[in-house]
Amino acid sequence: MANISLIMFLLFIAITLGITYWASKRSAGASAYFAASRQIKGWQNGIAVAGDYMSAASFLGIAGIIAFQGYDGFLFSVGWLVAYLTVLLVIAEPLRNAGKYTMADVLAYRLKPRPVRAMASLSTLTVSTFYMIAQMVGAGALVKLLLGGYVSYNQAVTGVGILMIVYVVFGGMLATTWVQIIKAILLMGGTILLSILVMAHFHFSFGDFFGAVGHVTYHDAKGATVVKDFLQPGLRYKPPYGPLDLISLGLALIFGTAGLPHILVRFYTVPDAKTARNSVVWAMVLIGSFYIMTTFLGFGAATIVGPDFIKTHGGTNMSAPLLAQALAGNIFFAFISAIAFATILAVVAGLTISATTSFSHDFWTNVIHNGVERKPGEEVLVARISAFGVGAVAIGIAILLGPTANVAFLVALAFAVAASANLPVIVLSIFWRRFNTAGAVSGLAVGLLASIGLILVSPSMMAIDPPTVTGTARHLIQAKAWFPLENPGILSIPLGFIGAILGTLISHEPTSQHKFNELLVRSNTGLGSEKAGAH
Amino acid sequence: MPEQLTRPEERYQATQSTWDKIAESQEFKDLMATKRIFIIPAFLFFVVYYFALPVLVGYAPQFMSTKVIGVNLAYLFALSQFFVAWLIAGLYVRAANDFDRLAKDIVERAVVAQAGNGKGGR
Repeated sequence: MANISLIMFLLFIAITLGITYWASKRSAGASAYFAASRQIKGWQNGIAVAGDYMSAASFLGIAGIIAFQGYDGFLFSVGWLVAYLTVLLVIAEPLRNAGKYTMADVLAYRLKPRPVRAMASLSTLTVSTFYMIAQMVGAGALVKLLLGGYVSYNQAVTGVGILMIVYVVFGGMLATTWVQIIKAILLMGGTILLSILVMAHFHFSFGDFFGAVGHVTYHDAKGATVVKDFLQPGLRYKPPYGPLDLISLGLALIFGTAGLPHILVRFYTVPDAKTARNSVVWAMVLIGSFYIMTTFLGFGAATIVGPDFIKTHGGTNMSAPLLAQALAGNIFFAFISAIAFATILAVVAGLTISATTSFSHDFWTNVIHNGVERKPGEEVLVARISAFGVGAVAIGIAILLGPTANVAFLVALAFAVAASANLPVIVLSIFWRRFNTAGAVSGLAVGLLASIGLILVSPSMMAIDPPTVTGTARHLIQAKAWFPLENPGILSIPLGFIGAILGTLISHEPTSQHKFNELLVRSNTGLGSEKAGAH
Repeated sequence: MPEQLTRPEERYQATQSTWDKIAESQEFKDLMATKRIFIIPAFLFFVVYYFALPVLVGYAPQFMSTKVIGVNLAYLFALSQFFVAWLIAGLYVRAANDFDRLAKDIVERAVVAQAGNGKGGR
């Protein structure tokens, strides 16, 4: 079984390296390297956006949550699609019209570039790094589980890190986009196949399927037999704070998705705002279909495999691969596992390129060197070098944390920072004439600090573990949580907005108001937007 | 001419007064009004419709567990969110054709005016 998995892994790696080689010949120049020459087609970018977004957290994570906590897990699925309406209605087109490579381009239009870019870059790097570490730890644990005899956790993490560096350094945005497209197609294909097999198991009767979902049998911690209706809400989000946590999660998704740097950079890879819009719609079709199918993945795992078996064979994250094994044997198990691996690899590559773009374009060129490249090609060179830095940091932290580390909160944190720091300042800079530099800096700082601070004192970091839990699986602070919710959005998003608004009101900056008309016209009409380059 | 308009050699640059003039033109105000009239209600509708889900599921779980056609209200309402999101996206794409048309006129005027005034609109 491990042999088949290994062959499939290697096949995917070989194909993606081939793409990287092809892309490396087409990645000369900044626009080619950072934005794939802005020549990606709408449907291609749509698939790539979906690929960037459907991480292992959704494929393995949501299937697992539904398999163990039923309906409440499906609520994640809903939020992850609906969030794209914010991207579509509010963010994608103005960003494409007014910006060049990063979200900070839009902010820097009428605000003082250096402080704003420095903060925006810090926030981008924070979001990308947290998200990346969660993926890397997941990848390491997955590979170890699947290829236990061949590869250790540390080797797996290092391998994933090196591959993502290779994609980004040599292939730039073009290679990253195509790795993303292939992975998204594989993921959709695998999910459709798995869903059909689940329904075939129930003789294509929705009545039988949902009937079984109504009576999921498992054993609780004390060994007693439990029969639960998995369509019943409330298995995960229990009173008193559950409902509030659910709303807080919804806020982080609805406002955070439109502030995720690796999603935002994708809109610079297409020729114009209309194509950016169409690519969001393509992405919504794929993402929506995928998340509806988590019904079959999650409930299928709960009913066909059962929580008891999953718990003793790798835990919640293995629900989807184990379902594949139960339905169609080891080859299909290996195939689904290889898809999960491809998913992680593609997502970390997307995160790496957004982090390195922000570092070199925002921080190196615009903050340190006042917007001037000292020699041609410096910006791309710095991005390539920083990819090694980002990769090394991610590998190092993932190895330090180890395979059992509790990292699920890192994804929640990434969304919270995106929603509380990035989104308020992007929205206010596009829509509020009075907005200024002090507002942007304080909005980013307050949003960032509030998200991190609240997560630190939340049940994700603070809890009293029994002595049987050891090492990095233990909560960082052994005490009762001060903030009762796992998702800080409900408090940190308003704080981000308040920070941005107060910062603006206590300072005066006439130039930012004068230049508002320019940004308004550019972002709404596309006048003078960055054009697609020749190959 | 249109080919040239969509692919100018360099980014459009203009003086402050040109930007102000475009921003205060009737055509631009029409574009903004057309966008607002769709985007604001659409945004508010989807936010209210979406947050109705966690609120109802969180605070009225018994009611939402009511069985309907083999599943329950909670699942049907969650499923409806996908179709409502797709519907809003579809309506937006249709409405956005009008935005594109209005924006194209503004861009063309601006580029022609600049060509008439000499480089940079100065």
